[in-house]
Amino acid sequence: MEISIIALPLIASIISGFFGKLIGDRNSEIITSLLVSISAIFSALVFYEVVVNQYQENIIIAKWISSGSLEVNWSMKIDSLSAVMLVVVTSVSALVHIYSIGYMSHDQHKPRFMAYLSLFTFAMLMLVTADNFIQLFFGWEGVGLCSYFLIGFWFKKESANKAAIKAFVVNRVGDFGFALGIFLIFYLFGTVNYSEVFEKISNITDKNLIFLGITFNAVDLICLLLFIGAMGKSAQILLHTWLPDAMEGPTPVSALIHAATMVTAGVFLVVRCSPIYEYSDLALNIITVIGMSTAFFAATVALVQNDIKKIIAYSTCSQLGYMFFATGVGAYNVAMFHLFTHAFFKALLFLGSGSVIHAFKDEQNINNMGGVWKKIPYTYSLMIIGTLALTGFPFLSGFYSKDAIIEFAYLKGNTTGYYAAGIGIFTAFLTSIYSWRLIFKTFHGDYNNKAIKIDETHESPIVMLIPLVLLSIGAIFAGFLFKELFIGYEGLNNFWRESIFFLKPLSIDHPPLWFLLLTPTLVILSIPLAYYLFVKNRSLPEQLANINQPLYQFLLNKWYFDELYDVLFVKPSKKLGLFLWKFFDLKIIDGFGPDGISSMIKKISIKANKFQSGYIYQYAFVMLLGFSALLTFLIVK
Amino acid sequence: MNFPILSSLILLPSIGALFLFFTKSDKKNNFTGKYVALFTSAVNFFLSIYLWILFDPTTSEFQFVEERIWIKDIINYKVGIDGISILFILLTTFITPLCIISVNNSIKERLSEFLIAVLIMESFMIGVFCSLDLVIFYLFFEAGLIPMFLIIGIWGGARRVYSAFKFFLYTLLGSVLMLVAIITIYWLNGTTDVVELYNSGIDIRYQNILWFAFFSSFAVKTPMWPVHTWLPDAHVEAPTAGSVLLAAILLKMAGYGFIRFSLGLFPVASEIFTPLIYTLSVIAIIFTSFIALMQEDMKKLIAYSSVAHMGYVTLGIFTIQQQGIEGSIIQMISHGIVSAALFLCVGVVYDRMHSRLINTYGGIVTIIPKYSILFMLFTLAALGLPGTSGFVGEFLILMGAFKDNFLVAVIASLGVIIGAAYMLWLYKRVVFGKLINTDLKQMFDLNRSELFILSCLAFPTLFFGFYPDPLINTIEVSISDLIDQYNFELVSKT
Repeated sequence: MEISIIALPLIASIISGFFGKLIGDRNSEIITSLLVSISAIFSALVFYEVVVNQYQENIIIAKWISSGSLEVNWSMKIDSLSAVMLVVVTSVSALVHIYSIGYMSHDQHKPRFMAYLSLFTFAMLMLVTADNFIQLFFGWEGVGLCSYFLIGFWFKKESANKAAIKAFVVNRVGDFGFALGIFLIFYLFGTVNYSEVFEKISNITDKNLIFLGITFNAVDLICLLLFIGAMGKSAQILLHTWLPDAMEGPTPVSALIHAATMVTAGVFLVVRCSPIYEYSDLALNIITVIGMSTAFFAATVALVQNDIKKIIAYSTCSQLGYMFFATGVGAYNVAMFHLFTHAFFKALLFLGSGSVIHAFKDEQNINNMGGVWKKIPYTYSLMIIGTLALTGFPFLSGFYSKDAIIEFAYLKGNTTGYYAAGIGIFTAFLTSIYSWRLIFKTFHGDYNNKAIKIDETHESPIVMLIPLVLLSIGAIFAGFLFKELFIGYEGLNNFWRESIFFLKPLSIDHPPLWFLLLTPTLVILSIPLAYYLFVKNRSLPEQLANINQPLYQFLLNKWYFDELYDVLFVKPSKKLGLFLWKFFDLKIIDGFGPDGISSMIKKISIKANKFQSGYIYQYAFVMLLGFSALLTFLIVK
Repeated sequence: MNFPILSSLILLPSIGALFLFFTKSDKKNNFTGKYVALFTSAVNFFLSIYLWILFDPTTSEFQFVEERIWIKDIINYKVGIDGISILFILLTTFITPLCIISVNNSIKERLSEFLIAVLIMESFMIGVFCSLDLVIFYLFFEAGLIPMFLIIGIWGGARRVYSAFKFFLYTLLGSVLMLVAIITIYWLNGTTDVVELYNSGIDIRYQNILWFAFFSSFAVKTPMWPVHTWLPDAHVEAPTAGSVLLAAILLKMAGYGFIRFSLGLFPVASEIFTPLIYTLSVIAIIFTSFIALMQEDMKKLIAYSSVAHMGYVTLGIFTIQQQGIEGSIIQMISHGIVSAALFLCVGVVYDRMHSRLINTYGGIVTIIPKYSILFMLFTLAALGLPGTSGFVGEFLILMGAFKDNFLVAVIASLGVIIGAAYMLWLYKRVVFGKLINTDLKQMFDLNRSELFILSCLAFPTLFFGFYPDPLINTIEVSISDLIDQYNFELVSKT
């Protein structure tokens, strides 16, 4: 049963990808959705076993690479951590498969789309169930590939193609660090299997390595290199630029890959490697700083964006930042909890926004929407649930997980901890503002779309709404139901067991009451504030933007990261390529090499030709010269 | 084993060629000629599979050894294989029949002469990979260039003469030095028998200069930076089948030579020159990857990417690590398959549109979907995606390199990023996007023979990506013994 969890999506993908034309659109949709759903049910069973019977297993499927001391297997490691991921991945994936049947109904390439979705699910499952770093890397690049396919799914759009390549290449930058991390692990431990590495880690905590004359602590270096990989995949600041562009893909893809599952792989990596990270304070502090910077940066950008999907994309980026700073303060279980709840409400928001886009016939600009909440009531209420959960409205799932992150940051008790908690609270406020801005601009106020009449907007079909309803149940109850299990003090010992390692046990204190109430209060207060700004007094935000034009432009242009990278990396690469080719290869190497030699031979032979003039007196003269030179030489000698 | 299986492998293609030579080539005979060639090379392929089955991977001793006196006391015809050579023989016998199937699309005139050149080249290449005598090796090594020279010079494109001469000029330089080195070795040790030389070792005082002579020949043929500039020109002018042979097999001779001779015969010198190899390899990986990024001609792009890929190979070989050398061999086999496939992919669209320029194409995914799928697979293998054979080789090489030298491994790993960029950008510009050039609408998808060839190449690409064990298992013992021997020599000689 365990192996079929992984195998079924792969089979689904092969059937739909290779025989899609043969079996028809409808059949491939049904088969892929069905197989992935079965996989989801099996995952739920495994999760149940893990929770109730403390089941864990390391299944070896086949041998992969064995070279010298390197032994890598295709494997399936089931423990609490991977069981959580299995449930998240397969359940969201199954819902997205079903939703896609409705969303992609007008597309010509349905089997291909379904095949990619299933293939992605397979790669993601390989990633989370690996028992070694190389299979993890396989899944890691595999999900990147599927993401590339799906972002560029509408291959005629130039922007989609560019975004797809950008996603892959930026991820490769992360993977570069990740791969070096794996090499370093292999160099130090002679193995890449988790269990062996984690066992040996405490032996090398004092080991130093010298690279380019700088001394690094080996554990710090491993942690930082792996984290570079995590930054790429989880779109953390500096390597985040691909995620907003990835919204070029169809919306179900954004929900599955760029919100619920793939982008959380980085968080999963750090949590999985908690036995290593626990020994590196430096790395944990850096993760905290990167995490909170991302959370803050992305929230500020989300405030001013106008594309409904980009707002949610930056929101994802920001929430991933929360998860990272949770791991940074050592609260790995809380990070996993937020990952878990976030999967539901963010998938809900994306699929909901897909439903909105569907209603407006492919309009994504929220300035061209408004006033339709009565026309699409189901979508509207589901989006409200998603927004409440995201902002951390009391007793919905985001409330439990996000506030727990802020609390644990506070309880960490050091400077970075307090700082992170402060940023966390402020970002939660910003989150609330931009989320409600999206809701109010989309559903309330006046109807602003010129392209289609308000009567033409329509509610989505039932096949799209059912997944939304199921996700909304998760968004409402997941936090409340699983709080004890994931972050309760009992759960630490009973549920996570060895899958998460704490060097020092987490603090069991509680922050002061005023601190606990601060975030929910801000979140609740921001609703009327947003209503006032974006419905009642719509001119105020515009005035604010006009007064602070430089700041507004700075945010609107996403802190100018794209422009900066273009100047720093993209253009110089092209110039360097041209220089190395046209100048170095063709002028220097060829010029002095083969071309130079052949033209030299030509010149010499022309000279030699001239020498053979055929005139006796010239020959005689040369002979005479030679003779006298020889004679002089002999005499002098 | 009394049956001379290696000699049969070497001779069989030549016999086929001889047969073709005596059949008159009119239109009708061209047809039968192709089947004669295909039949011979297919028999050779199955024979080599049989060889692989008989091969004993648990020993690093040379197997299937045949020895015949050629010139008494000076040169013996001696052939034999170990784990290092057998995979290259398989690669040769696997690629050649596919190449022969592919010619009916690209070669329009003098078909039977072309096939003769291909078959003779197959003979020589197999000879290179199983020679156990330096003189025999040298003869096969150099003779193998002649058919290639002819293929470019006769069936090539507009600038074929320039390219053929550039190719010749470069290779000549290295060859002469290697010949001198072989003669010197004969003077020093009184033999050119590789096994005897392995046992007796070569005088440490001469190792550096001899190593360098061999290096200059191998470096040109690898090709290593900065003697790589013949390769893009040769590829651009060569017909598709020629490019395939050049990339898939000819480039592997030098990699094989480095392992067999540079490491095997001159361990002390190899150790001294390792920094040089590292430097040139890393430059090759980074420089040519950037150059590949800016190419406008598809064949040139793949040619430059070949230089980068071979940079990984030379890097891996000189790590003297189990992972590094194994990775290098797998990378060579993988590159043999994948680059062959990529050149065939270029050939497919070239046959239809007669242009290799990237900007001729765009938006062809819906017109030729089967082609697009297979082209995508090989693109991914070229950028080293896990699950393809390209990953296994590249990753093992970098792993081995990291053990030996951090800095080199870090810089070489950067090539992986640029590799992804140029391959995906190529694919995007050719296959995706809007269909602007309306002539492209007349393109037809892969015909049966093209589909067959590319599928044959796709299978090992994926299979060895998921399960490289058959390859690693074959080479493992030979390489670990080679490394032990190398380290032993190093300790005892210095």
